[in-house]
Amino acid sequence: MNQTRLHDWHLAAGAKMAPFAGYDMPISYPIGSVEEHLVTRRSVGLFDIDHMGQVEVTGPGADAFVSRLVSARVLDMKDGDARYSLLLSEGGTVIDDLFVYKIPGAWWIVVNASNREEDLAWMNSLARAHEREFGQVHIVDRSEETYMIAVQGPRAIELLDLVSDTKVSELVRFTSGNAKVLGVPCLVGRTGYTGEDGVELFFPAEDAVRLWTGLLSEGEKRGIETKAIGLGARDSLRFEAGMPLHGHELSKEISPLEAGFKWACDLEKDFVGKEAVLRLAESGATRKLVGLSVSGGVPREGYEVQDEGGRKVGTVVAGMFCPSVKLYAANAFVEPAVAKSGTALRVIIRGKPAPAVVVKRPLYVPTYRR
Amino acid sequence: MSVDKNSRYRSSHEWARKDGARYLVGISDHAQEALGDIVFVELPEVGKRLKQGEAFGVIESVKAASDVYMPMSGTIVAVNDAVSGDPALVNREPYAGGWLVAIEASAPAEWDGLLDAAAYEAEAGKE
Repeated sequence: MNQTRLHDWHLAAGAKMAPFAGYDMPISYPIGSVEEHLVTRRSVGLFDIDHMGQVEVTGPGADAFVSRLVSARVLDMKDGDARYSLLLSEGGTVIDDLFVYKIPGAWWIVVNASNREEDLAWMNSLARAHEREFGQVHIVDRSEETYMIAVQGPRAIELLDLVSDTKVSELVRFTSGNAKVLGVPCLVGRTGYTGEDGVELFFPAEDAVRLWTGLLSEGEKRGIETKAIGLGARDSLRFEAGMPLHGHELSKEISPLEAGFKWACDLEKDFVGKEAVLRLAESGATRKLVGLSVSGGVPREGYEVQDEGGRKVGTVVAGMFCPSVKLYAANAFVEPAVAKSGTALRVIIRGKPAPAVVVKRPLYVPTYRR
Repeated sequence: MSVDKNSRYRSSHEWARKDGARYLVGISDHAQEALGDIVFVELPEVGKRLKQGEAFGVIESVKAASDVYMPMSGTIVAVNDAVSGDPALVNREPYAGGWLVAIEASAPAEWDGLLDAAAYEAEAGKE
């Protein structure tokens, strides 16, 4: 089992730990997942996300390679831009979802911990297969030496401005820049996975404890409530904000068209999986991702969804109690005929049908979309 | 971990406590802490008869659903509506406001077979 460099800190803080993507990670701290969620929505949450992977792509063929590799348009990106994208198989299903940063002289790709090995193998094989076409491409896994912390919440930028050598507030959403935060040289992305404003920081791994404890104590000192947040609240924050978690709303069995991610596919360019996406667009998806509000229990992954007549129409892929909107909610893949907002359905919870209604996603509108 | 001296316990972390002619039933502080934030509680209907060790309800935390078991055989005579509206009450006050059901015991001698506070504390402490 891998440990992050903050492992001892998490244990000392009384965190409940559990394995996630091969790492022993904090699930919650003594204040509990619900309060951690609410702290992030009202002030600042700090997330140890060192398990995320970072891949650097350089070389004369890098632009053409990245453009073919990922589904989103990237060739219009300027230095500093950051963009959400998908890594598709030839069959048009989702190997991973990732954030692509264009930084001076390189592409910086942030991948999910559990898919890192597979992503790298896939990238290397694609680069080799098309070396003549693209030109030379260097793909380097920077995950070991790079640490990653997310600082999220309505007061995150205020805190960062106070402790950085440049104005983080001047970075627009979905761009990145360099700054020294508490003296630590960081790549700062104005990005996140909570629906709140904030940043994701990339910096040398040896500075992890210094930066983490420094941000917590600076927050305290300056009267900005700042707390460590575990993976439990990270999941409810992203769920409420309508963001996907690979392995649930996206997977190697799911097309972006089914999950509502057509917007992340640039059909005007060539990318791996495009043919399959076009074929499915032509024939029409047979299931669609919807949000469900449920009463009478907590809907969870794997639960069956039925219509009011008791016929199976789909399956829950993620579900939980949502602390900000105070709903028991699920994401489920259902037949397109019952995917319309307002449709009455049922989720089978422990053998009993619980009333459910299709609701608009996201339940909590991310700040950058308001 | 705190224990309530006036209650007796099952190894599966439920407590029972005499309350006049009936017994109140809940889960221990150790159990609520292990479960984490409780977000939903499903309780039985009043009048339901259950044997010792049978599941009478479900407690759902952020991450999982867990059955809760009758510490003694009996009939459900009341359920605590307060925890249905505010499930976190079980986290905050596992021995007081966070009780789950009241039962009329059909085999009161089962009380003698439950763990007293010291024995339960010793056993739960090993987990």
